[in-house]
Amino acid sequence: MSQIIKVGMADLNICVSPDGITTLGLGSCVGIAVRDPVTKIGGLAHIMLPDSTEIKNNSNIPKFADTGIEELIKRIVAKGAARSRLVAKIAGGAQMFAFQSNNQTMRVGDRNVQATLKKLKEMSIPVLAQDTGDSYGRTVIFYPENGNFVIRAVGKPEKII
Amino acid sequence: MGEMSLDTLSSQYFDVLKELGNIGAGNATTALAQMIGTKVDMSVPQVRLLDFKDVGDMMGGAEQIMAGIYLAVEGDIDGSIMFLLNKKAARHLVDKLMGTGAKPEEENFDEVEMSALKEVGNIITGSYLNSLSMMTNLKMIPSIPYVAIDMAAAILSVPAIQFGMMGDKILLIETQFFDELKLSGYFILLPDMDGYSKILSSLGMGDIKL
Repeated sequence: MSQIIKVGMADLNICVSPDGITTLGLGSCVGIAVRDPVTKIGGLAHIMLPDSTEIKNNSNIPKFADTGIEELIKRIVAKGAARSRLVAKIAGGAQMFAFQSNNQTMRVGDRNVQATLKKLKEMSIPVLAQDTGDSYGRTVIFYPENGNFVIRAVGKPEKII
Repeated sequence: MGEMSLDTLSSQYFDVLKELGNIGAGNATTALAQMIGTKVDMSVPQVRLLDFKDVGDMMGGAEQIMAGIYLAVEGDIDGSIMFLLNKKAARHLVDKLMGTGAKPEEENFDEVEMSALKEVGNIITGSYLNSLSMMTNLKMIPSIPYVAIDMAAAILSVPAIQFGMMGDKILLIETQFFDELKLSGYFILLPDMDGYSKILSSLGMGDIKL
């Protein structure tokens, strides 16, 4: 029996086909799904903040885009995936409230997406698809079996990227 | 401010924060009851210290559709205050306020109804903050209200991220309110860490180090 592994906010985990992995209600956070298409080993990180170096209290690895992605990759590779074959899909980074201020902390969704893309590029992991930004929350489910990244939002049809 | 350590927060402090929630939410509930002309009850406030991964589930499930009204707070205390209702309750509240009669529960909110929701949030969080402000003698100025109708976890990611910049847990004062029929929702007050220590010391809880 396959199961769906749940990942919380500022959390990450790995999974092996036929299992799937999910995180519920991504708001300004970003969900990063990574897999190796051959071994079908994958994982999902749910990061909250762009950059661990901007913050003093930064020991919580899965909380940040930079450290969270590194840890996710490390664990997927440790499970037996080939580092060179890894590919990613990302979702989230919404601006939940229509803040008019230019305050950086209010635009954290967008900054999370930018930091995620930058880190994946640095690590030479191609981003095959993304569903980011806008102003609504997303629930995502990732299947390392076929790489499907299912995205559900309130009042919108389900989509697969 | 010393080293932040929420885990060492004593039960005495929790009791004080609970009492603050009691007074603030008491005033807010009264304002709400006057606005809609029915009796509104409230629960004993909960002071919660949560890991981020548990935040999504605190209000009946991460994917529960909620109307969330958010106001940033500035002044002597920085932080935010939120007023959250499940979507059905928000529909009920808006219909009652607008006097349009009951619409189907799943019907979405139009622009006028959204701004009615914002205004409700504005008035009742205002009365929450006012009563706290008077008691603690600390200035708390709310921003304009913002509203989102979405999954609970997605809405709560906003204050969670603000806490995430300072630590690995979120501390909040939560009060549930309900009327005899359909209304139920939450007030959540989230001062930042400095805010907590200012509030506590303004109430004579000594020079605490959070």
